[in-house]
Amino acid sequence: MSVLVYVEQAEGKFKKSVFEAVSYAKAIADQQSTNLTAISIGDVTDSELKELGKYGASKVLNVSTDQLKTFVNQAYASVIAAAAEKEGADIVVLSNSFSGKGLAPRIAVKLKAGLADGAVELPSTDGKFSVKKTAFSGKAFAITELTSANKVIALNPNAFGVKENATDAAIEAFTADVKQSDLGTVIKEIVRATDKVSLPDAELVVSAGRGLKGPENWGMIEELAALLGAATACSKPVSDADWRPHSEHVGQTGIAISPNLYIAIGISGAIQHLAGVSSSKVIVVINKDPEAPFFKVADYGIVGDAFEVVPKLIEALKAHKA
Amino acid sequence: MKILVCISNVPDTTTKITFTNDNTEFNTSGVQYIVNPYDEIALSRAIELTEGGKGTVTVINVGEAGNDPTIRKALAIGADDAVRVNAAPRDAYFVAKQIAEYAKDKDFNIILTGRESIDYNGNQVAAMVGEFLDIPSVSIIKKLDVDGDTATIEREIEGGKEVLTVSGKFIASCAEGVAEPKIPNMRGIMSARTKPLAVVDAVAIEEVTKVTKYETPAPRGTVKLIPADQTEQLISLLHSEAKVI
Ligand SMILES: Cc1cc2nc3c(=O)[nH]c(=O)nc-3n(C[C@H](O)[C@H](O)[C@H](O)COP(=O)(O)OP(=O)(O)OC[C@H]3O[C@@H](n4cnc5c(N)ncnc54)[C@H](O)[C@@H]3O)c2cc1C
Repeated sequence: MSVLVYVEQAEGKFKKSVFEAVSYAKAIADQQSTNLTAISIGDVTDSELKELGKYGASKVLNVSTDQLKTFVNQAYASVIAAAAEKEGADIVVLSNSFSGKGLAPRIAVKLKAGLADGAVELPSTDGKFSVKKTAFSGKAFAITELTSANKVIALNPNAFGVKENATDAAIEAFTADVKQSDLGTVIKEIVRATDKVSLPDAELVVSAGRGLKGPENWGMIEELAALLGAATACSKPVSDADWRPHSEHVGQTGIAISPNLYIAIGISGAIQHLAGVSSSKVIVVINKDPEAPFFKVADYGIVGDAFEVVPKLIEALKAHKA
Repeated sequence: MKILVCISNVPDTTTKITFTNDNTEFNTSGVQYIVNPYDEIALSRAIELTEGGKGTVTVINVGEAGNDPTIRKALAIGADDAVRVNAAPRDAYFVAKQIAEYAKDKDFNIILTGRESIDYNGNQVAAMVGEFLDIPSVSIIKKLDVDGDTATIEREIEGGKEVLTVSGKFIASCAEGVAEPKIPNMRGIMSARTKPLAVVDAVAIEEVTKVTKYETPAPRGTVKLIPADQTEQLISLLHSEAKVI
């Protein structure tokens, strides 16, 4: 029995969400009185792999072959499942990232494991192995018991936090057979907006809605976000109208997020929008309509015209930083 | 080209979510059910890809007879025929196994699902079906074009996108952007009544997960209002009280 955590790299680097997944997996390993192994696939330097030790991984399996340089869902799932078998790991942890969402179910089927995705807490320790996960797009949580011998958990970003737990990580090369049929998808191009904070795992998010009137008014939203180091988001009608890309649409039919701070500007707070953002830790609402439903779930609010309030907020933030 | 689209029967997006039986069951009373919004996107793209005699679209749902109106809605949108695997959907593992069992000898070129259902938010079915059938799966796609035997797909990744190709059979889960959801017209609604809806039995499979209880988020406190001309006060509260900046 042990715990295996998959550590997803992007261009050879681990992101905060990976350290969070390792911290979470370490806490599970402690709960189960066992050890934690991490598995990394792709080109990652030893010094970057060693970083995983800081959060409690005592062993790091490193898979680095030409075939697996870029993400291939099927092949990565095979390698991770093979590592779980070799390590005798009965619990596999991943980040509930875009790639994690594609991998976890395949690993679950390979290991005949129950999968809890969107996990927001450590498993219960009352004898049953149950995980609290988001359901109904954040309108509720489902306590899900994993009744199978093997278990897979995909952790939501920002749900657990990064916890240091210094261990010396031993790095080991690992190889697993990859069938030709596992390499069915071929990546042609990866486009990353490197200067932007990624929305799903952002700690701070500045979001705006139809109250902004048009795409030409997003300059102040981006300026505010850049000052805070925040990601930008929007409501559905805004992405439907192509004012902003679909990848920024948050809510029940967009991305569900739970940042530490969500600033909603000129967004009414319709039930479908709230569904995807109401688990944010702190919510700030700026809306000229004092009756806007968003104020009912906000922690802080300003009733006022966004075109006056946001520039002032930017000034105040600059003064605060100076 | 034969396309299979998996559709889920979910509570309407305006539903206020409540539970009964000591919070162990979802309260279905008064709840309107709809085709899962992301599945509508998948279905719409499937219809576009097969338009003009280029293929057929079959929809599949795992569920009991109460789901038939939702399946008919999918037929009204433009699917050619439908299958219902007659069983209460236990979890994604169960649902994926049923879909894979149905699809395994039917020679579908493409299987599409929505990126997730808006009730259990699993993101699981597509990749699980892919694994059961041993075919590639691509999750959370934003764009899908098909040219002969090769599909070009855009997939969302953190802070960007990835363009990839896949040849031969595959399954993908669709997000916003893949297609505009189609609205059924009168002709669609009329013809949906007579389109074939086959009912097949479920296969047995071991249980791997079970929801034992539901919780609703704790209610939030009341909002602290700050005068519009005192934005510096907001910044200071976010810094020293909320400690988020
Ligand atoms: C099936 C379905 C799924 C949906 N899924 C989602 C989803 O995932 N995400 C989502 O966001 N929506 C979703 N919606 C849409 C949702 O119902 C609302 O229509 C949408 O959230 C409204 O967006 P909005 O608040 O930006 O725009 P509006 O409703 O137009 O509200 C604009 C707000 O801006 C305020 N405002 C206007 N001018 C100013 C100003 N100068 N300064 C300050 N405030 C101003 C107004 O008071 C108003 O409150 C869905 C709807 C359906 C039917």
